[in-house]
Amino acid sequence: MCDSCGCTVSPGNRKHAYTPVAGTTAVTVLKNLLAENDHAAAHNRAHFDRHGVLAVNLMSAPGSGKTALLEATIDALGQAFRIGVIEGDLETENDAARIRAKGVPAWQITTGTSCHLDAHMVHAALHAFPLAGLDILFIENVGNLVCPASFDLGQHRNVVLLSVPEGDDKPAKYPVMFRAAHLVLLTKSDLLPVLEDFDPVRAEAHLRDLASSVPLMTLSARTGEGLAAWCDWLRRELATHRARLGMAHGVAGCGVALGE
Amino acid sequence: MHELAVCQALLRQVEAVAAEKQARGVEAVRVRIGPLAGVEVALLEEAYLVAREGTCAAGSRLIVEHAPLEVSCTACGARSAAEPARLRCPRCGSPDTRLLSGDELLLVSVNLVF
Repeated sequence: MCDSCGCTVSPGNRKHAYTPVAGTTAVTVLKNLLAENDHAAAHNRAHFDRHGVLAVNLMSAPGSGKTALLEATIDALGQAFRIGVIEGDLETENDAARIRAKGVPAWQITTGTSCHLDAHMVHAALHAFPLAGLDILFIENVGNLVCPASFDLGQHRNVVLLSVPEGDDKPAKYPVMFRAAHLVLLTKSDLLPVLEDFDPVRAEAHLRDLASSVPLMTLSARTGEGLAAWCDWLRRELATHRARLGMAHGVAGCGVALGE
Repeated sequence: MHELAVCQALLRQVEAVAAEKQARGVEAVRVRIGPLAGVEVALLEEAYLVAREGTCAAGSRLIVEHAPLEVSCTACGARSAAEPARLRCPRCGSPDTRLLSGDELLLVSVNLVF
């Protein structure tokens, strides 16, 4: 049989097709399978740091309210901070158009059939999307609670949204995603009175079962409930980030100059 | 699902190793995967059959080692087996545990043909 391309291997004979060949040499590698992505992510992170930008990766199931959260965040913080948004979707510019309508620069990555953003896609976007002058860059990942968790984009913080209509057991069903979160937001809280099955206490218990001690906040982009706590979290994260960069660059106190 | 993308990244590493060692081909690729790695092993195995075509690892087999899920408790010091959605200490119930093993997504070794 052809031993070079695997063309004769069918599911039935697969297990017989790969008898170990005598005279092979095992070479130890011990590298993460996604080392290439992680390398590009580190490059992105260095680029964000050079500009003093805090990069926040928003992840959730489709329809959990990521774009609505961004719209409300821009309304609340758009005067105080310069915000930029990179949008990831399989198709359409719809989300970027919603953000631009708020007067904030937005770049749309359309991934086609790919179910997640990766560091290379974000890197390509950064060539077209200048960071100079930005304080916070939001990366709205493709709506998906599985695949985006595996790909570091170079972000500093992961925020995972869990909307009330999805059910309170999502952290138990998607442990990899919820373990990656630095903050979990229970969104669409205005629906809690009508969706009585959703118990925020149970949602938190499922999150803690993952040995996660990250903050969990309840908010509604529609009514504004809980938005102040989320904005405070962003302010604190930006201040901490800038302080860390300031120390790294040997600048006391206030961090890195903008627009460099 | 992202298993194909993971396989493609894996095979780029395999090809780099084979080229560096000036191997004639690749007979087997050994990976180590934990239950919290975020990939489905069955899907990864299927994706590997597609992704290996046209590479120097075409015809090679993928050997998957399953890493155990293990936590160590900061509160009571116990070291225990755990479940993906249940990472509290099974002994004292504390959520303050550290993952010792279980999120590996590792290329362990490549069997090269010379």
